[in-house]
Parts: sequence; C-alpha cells; structure tokens
Amino acid sequence: MLSFNTLLYKEVLRVQKVAFQTLLAPVLTALLYLLIFSHVLEQHVEVYPGVRYTAFLIPGLVMMSVLQNAFANSSSSLIQSKITGSIVFVLLAPIAYWEFFLAYVLASVVRGLVVGVGVYLAALWFAQPPLQFPAWIMLFAVLGSALLASLGVVAGIWSEKFDQLAGFQNFIIMPLTFLSGVFYSIHSLPSFWQGLSRFNPFFYMIDGFRYGFFGASDISPWFSLAVVAGCLVGLAGFTLALLKSGYKLRL
Amino acid sequence: MSPAVDVRQVHKHYGSLHALDGVDLRIGQGEFFGLLGPNGAGKTTLINLLAGLALPDGGQLSILGHDVVKQYRDSRRLLGVVPQELVFDPFFTVRETLRLQSGYFGLRRNDAWIDEVMHHLDLTDKADTNMRKLSGGMKRRVLVAQALVHKPPVIVLDEPTAGVDVELRQTMWQFIQRLNRDGHTVLLTTHYLEEAEALCNRIAMLKHGRIVALDSTQNLLNSVVGCRVRLKLAGVLPAALLPQMIEQAGEDYLLELPSYQALEPALAELRMAGVAVQELSLLQPDLEDVFLRVMQVEHEVARPC
Ligand SMILES: Nc1ncnc2c1ncn2[C@@H]1O[C@H](COP(=O)(O)OP(=O)(O)O)[C@@H](O)[C@H]1O
Ligand SMILES: [Mg+2]
Repeated sequence: MLSFNTLLYKEVLRVQKVAFQTLLAPVLTALLYLLIFSHVLEQHVEVYPGVRYTAFLIPGLVMMSVLQNAFANSSSSLIQSKITGSIVFVLLAPIAYWEFFLAYVLASVVRGLVVGVGVYLAALWFAQPPLQFPAWIMLFAVLGSALLASLGVVAGIWSEKFDQLAGFQNFIIMPLTFLSGVFYSIHSLPSFWQGLSRFNPFFYMIDGFRYGFFGASDISPWFSLAVVAGCLVGLAGFTLALLKSGYKLRL
Repeated sequence: MSPAVDVRQVHKHYGSLHALDGVDLRIGQGEFFGLLGPNGAGKTTLINLLAGLALPDGGQLSILGHDVVKQYRDSRRLLGVVPQELVFDPFFTVRETLRLQSGYFGLRRNDAWIDEVMHHLDLTDKADTNMRKLSGGMKRRVLVAQALVHKPPVIVLDEPTAGVDVELRQTMWQFIQRLNRDGHTVLLTTHYLEEAEALCNRIAMLKHGRIVALDSTQNLLNSVVGCRVRLKLAGVLPAALLPQMIEQAGEDYLLELPSYQALEPALAELRMAGVAVQELSLLQPDLEDVFLRVMQVEHEVARPC
C-alpha cells in the first residue's frame, strides 16, 4: 500500500513542481478558446433554448481541458521517465503492475480535475452556466479523465520518442475532441457527421458532462454513462494486460 | 539455506543475438562476488533479469529462494540494484529522491538510515540539492544510496565506479565492504580488474553470454602458470632470451617465463653473456593475466578452423 501511495504522491508532486506548464498553461489555453469562440459565435448560435452560446460552450471547454490534461499527464510523465531512464527506480521496486496503473491514472485524474476546476472558475467571469446535477458532472469528469489517463499510459508505454507521442496527440486526441461537440451540438451537423460522431467516445463524455450543467443533452446521460464506463473497463483491462506483460518496459 | 542468487539455465535473446546462452550460477549468502567480462558479454543483461528489468526467454532466476518472475515483489524487496546507466529524476532533490525510493519499498520513516547512507557516501552536503545540479560522480553516489535505502540483503552493482574519481571509489568500497561484513551479499561487475581482485572472494567470467570461468579469486590467480620478471641490466639482453621479452624501456626489461623453474636457466644465460643484473623483481600474476588468458583461450576454442 505504501509503495502505491508513494508512486501516486510522486506523480502528483511532479505536477505540482511544474504547475506552470501542467496547470496554469492549460487554463489559459481554454480561456483563449472561450474568448475567441464566444466572441465570434455568441450572436449566431443558440443550442438550447434560453442558453447563451458562451454558457453552452463552457462545460465543453472544461471537459476538453479535463480530458486533454489527463492524457497529457500520464503519457508525458511516462515518456519523460523512459527517456531519462528514471523509470528504472519504479521498475526495480516491489510495485505491482496494477498499482503502477492506478497511481498513474489517479494522478492524471487529479491533474485533469484541478485544471477543469481552474477553467470553470475562470470562465465564470464570461458566463454562468447553471449547475443542475453536480453528481453527473463529477461522474463524467472522473470516468472521462480516467479513460484518457489510461489511454495516456498506453501511449506513454508505446511511444519511444516525443514525436510519436505528439503524433498520438495530434492524430487521435485532437480530432476526436474537436469532432465531439465541444463547440456545438451534434444536432447542428449534417446527418453523416452526426452518425459518425456516435462512434466517438468523446462525444458521450462531453454530452453527459454537459447534461450535469443544463439538464439537457443530445442523448440520454444514462446511455452516455454506459458507453463511457464500458470504454473505461475495456481500455483499463487492455492497459493492465500490457503492463503485466512488461510490453516495452521490461525488455 | 537458499543461495542469495540462483541462476539456472538462463537464456535471453535480443532478435538474433543470443545475449545469454544457458547461464548457470549460484552465489551463496554473504559472498562478495565478481562478474567480469568484456563489453557486450551479457553482464548487464543478467543483472536486468535478476532485477526484473528484463524477462528471461528460458530458465529460472531466484533471489534468496524467490523466483524473480513468479514472486517478483518478494525478490525485488530483497534486491538493491545500482544500474549501469547514470539515470536520475530531474524533478527532485537528493533527499526527496531517497525518501521516494524508501516509500516504493514500503518504508515509511527511514530518515535515520537515509542520513547514515548519505553520510557514508559523502552526500550530506548535497541533501537538498536538485539532482540536475549534481556532477556525474555525485549522481553516481545517489544511485548507490538509492539501491541501499531498503537495506537489501543482496546488493548488485553494475560498474558502479565507471568514470568515478578515486576518492569516491574508496569511500564507496569501504561502505560496501562494511555491509558485506554485516552479512549482505554483493554482486559486482566492474572494468577495473584490480578492484575485483581486491574485493571479490569469487569470480565468474562471462563471454558471449556464457560463463567461461568460475572459481575463487585465489584459485583463478593460482591458475596462471609462469611468472613475470622485471630486470634492470648493465648491458643488452642476450639474444637467447629475446623470445621471452614482453617489454623493454632502456635497460629495464620485462620477461615472461613459462614457470618458476625457468628462472635459473635465464639467469645462467645472463651470467654467461657477462651481463650483470642490477635489479630483479618477480611480479605476482594478477587478475588481468587470468582475464586475458581466459578470454583468449575461449576465443580459440570458439573459432573452429
Ligand atoms: N534491450 C536490448 N536490445 C537489444 N540488444 C540488447 C539489449 N540489451 C542488451 N543487448 C545486447 O546484448 C548484448 C549484451 O549486452 P550487455 O548485457 O549490456 O553486456 P555487458 O553489460 O556485459 O557489457 C550486447 O550485444 C547488447 O548489444
Ligand atoms: Mg553492462
């Protein structure tokens, strides 16, 4: 238990020591999006009746930041320690593969949530979306960030160089977040893209998360919950199997 | 009593390379054991397998009776490894690094021992310095300290003194020897053969993934037949002795004789040539002689014509 706690503590400490990059920078990025999109679209779009576009946008941006930072945390921590070689200190220790998994995922969830809260608080200055069901908000934030953190563990183990990790980020994470309805409701898309969005797990994470704020969503939050939880279980199982086999970590 | 280290018929491939080719090795508790071999022989690979940093393709390895694959948590708890590469975590200070390492091994309040280890490795002044700011030698000391935070019964050092100043080598060996006297088993690989000769009670030599010599240090030294003689002559070495000469600097000659019995005839040769011997010393064979001989013999055997 102490081994696990220590690894978790170390991962959180790492986030803290470079808080400027890991916490502050993502909040600023999200605020830039908010500033630009709300300025451009505020007059033109009303997604839910009576909800200003800026208010609609805020939960999407918060969740996007949560997800991207959860992924960035586990993946970059792993690849850094692989490249500097300091990962041996963890590999030499009597830490079970599932403790390794949980520590990296939990630390990344923590970073995702802290960034999410930061973005939310800063965004309140622009608009104040309601908070209908805080429990749904928390549930989707935690499950979504755990899913992305797990994906980050896979990416961090698989990548041997920063370029490969950047590829993962640019060709998988970014397109999936942008095509998930962060900036719009998928009902405003042509039917082909609407259909395609339904295969994107990010869509369910964002839609379910947004439900917690407005009590309204593109599809039932229960269905979104089932999809997100299913993806998490599947991916966690895959990641655990990868860690257990020692793939690319224990040569 | 389980051996400290038990390696049975271990094989490891990297692609087509047979990095370890059926290695068998048992190291008793309390031994100070040397693993020698040229670069690429497979020393680090063997250590990685013991530490669980790599997985074997065949055979079994255990630490104090605990299989390194099936009972990896037990075997890792019993092992302290100083890796060959100079690695460090740039986010932390020396003390943070050592505290984290203690925590990974399940030790909560370990500061008394951490202070003692830092003291013995001359790290106390640097306790609160960030790892990035340390010199290579200092980083190496921290690596040694990290391997010792949990007082492992089996200590493995993979070329711990490569590129390290003489001062550290001495402080470090004093400390490691003390731990060895207290009952810790030590497995060492090093390029400095005189170091292995001075410290190790038993030595294995590895080449191309196979053990080519395994014996007590004394037996290995005794296995060197022949002797070396350093001479200072008032004149020129007689032609009859030229085949035995291996070095010359002015009037100083180094001869290699097939045995001690060959000494008297050689001196007779000098007397008959009228060359006076001004100084004479017999050189003890050292591990380097053994090493070169073992590696050479193996080379000839390994290359059938
Ligand atoms: N991860 C690896 N991938 C491919 N080849 C490796 C790997 N690790 C070691 N080797 C090869 O295995 C052989 C033994 O290496 P090593 O155990 O490091 O030797 P030593 O420590 O005795 O110098 C070398 O030829 C080395 O190139
Ligand atoms: Mg080596």
